[in-house]
Amino acid sequence: MRLTRTLSILAILVFALSSSANGQCKAFAKKECLPQLEKYTHDGNYHAAVLVEGEEAELYKTFYSDMEYRVAIVGEGKLPAVEFKVMDINKNVLYSNKEHNNATTWDFKLQSSQQLKIVVKVSSFNRPGDTPASGCVAIMFGFKVKK
Amino acid sequence: MNKKYRISSVVLLVFILAISVITSCKSGKKPPQEDQEVKIPENLTEVKEDIDQAKKIFNALPSPLESAYLIKSTGAEFNPNLLNPVSKQDSYQTRKAQAINLGIYTCDLSFASLYEQTQLLIDYMNAAKKMADGLGILEAIKKEDVDKLEENINNKEVILDVVSQTFMNSKSELEDNGQTPTASTVLVGGWIEGLYISTQLVDMKEFDGNKLVGKIIDQKLSIDILIDLLNGSKGDPSIDELILQVQKLKAVFDKIKISTGAVRPEYDQASNTTTLKSDVSTNMNAQTFTELSNVVAEIRNSFVK
Repeated sequence: MRLTRTLSILAILVFALSSSANGQCKAFAKKECLPQLEKYTHDGNYHAAVLVEGEEAELYKTFYSDMEYRVAIVGEGKLPAVEFKVMDINKNVLYSNKEHNNATTWDFKLQSSQQLKIVVKVSSFNRPGDTPASGCVAIMFGFKVKK
Repeated sequence: MNKKYRISSVVLLVFILAISVITSCKSGKKPPQEDQEVKIPENLTEVKEDIDQAKKIFNALPSPLESAYLIKSTGAEFNPNLLNPVSKQDSYQTRKAQAINLGIYTCDLSFASLYEQTQLLIDYMNAAKKMADGLGILEAIKKEDVDKLEENINNKEVILDVVSQTFMNSKSELEDNGQTPTASTVLVGGWIEGLYISTQLVDMKEFDGNKLVGKIIDQKLSIDILIDLLNGSKGDPSIDELILQVQKLKAVFDKIKISTGAVRPEYDQASNTTTLKSDVSTNMNAQTFTELSNVVAEIRNSFVK
């Protein structure tokens, strides 16, 4: 009986905390990531999660040949640099923001439609002993019809 | 296994799951912790390995707005008869029907906005709102959003902004409330509607070299993403039903071959844009297209009935 009650409370706590984190991430994404799309039309999707130092996330999406795209990937200020790589289905790296001063956006278009994989990694402050920093990372896409 | 041991295993499992959820919203790999190895009972080793190896994975389907843009970019004309009539909105009473038709009406709303169908735009916004309200996500589409559309009915930029926000809010409100299966169902509804409209718009007399057919073939690239998305909520009866329907669709898509050569990024400094160059060849004959079109129509008609 006591165990059931403990588990119920724990489940409610977990749900409340994750809901709160999700809500904060959405507000962060709207405020900090969405404006980075500038003249590109936001597709209406957003992907955000709380990541900790050294943690990775992956995103799979099909991109179409008649569009020009901008991907914006932004992490909260308390996080170290957020690195991202764009890869084709054969895991060839097509772009890495690490080679572009950790740019938060990348503009691209495609000769033929492709499914691409985006790997996002929160780098590390390299401060042994400290609690790893954690914060929201948001990924958004904008598009416009190719000229 | 004695009772005490079983209970401690359950508590430990719940704690592992709790930490995983708190640190990464849904699933996340724990940061490396050299000195804090947790001892796990043998029968939970696999669970621990799964959690340790898990990382946050997003499966992004084309949004309804993107689908509508793709179809319009081929020069296809608007046909209001292909949209799901707003008169049906009162008949969607179950959560599944409301979620699917939130996706469908958002897709129809996107079409109406791109083709500047002002009255339809308002009608479909209201229909989408009704579905969202039925799902209990009252903040997703507010009356102010409908008012903003009406006030800016000739301002395409504002309209597209409202439409994209509508979709974003609906999906995120559901996810924030722990309703990921419902959010996935909305996505499926929107994607199937876009595919339905595009397959119905193809004129078979102009099948060869048809740009719209090319865009439909491209949707094969998203079918595995869709299945992965649904598999994330496997076990939910309404999702399991959707998986069966989508697998039927995948079986037809599997008959289409897409061969892509190596992708070569070429950066243009003047526009600060990279072009991903690659050669692609596809094959889809009229018979496969008809089969695909029929399966899509069957699924879509089961959604809107």
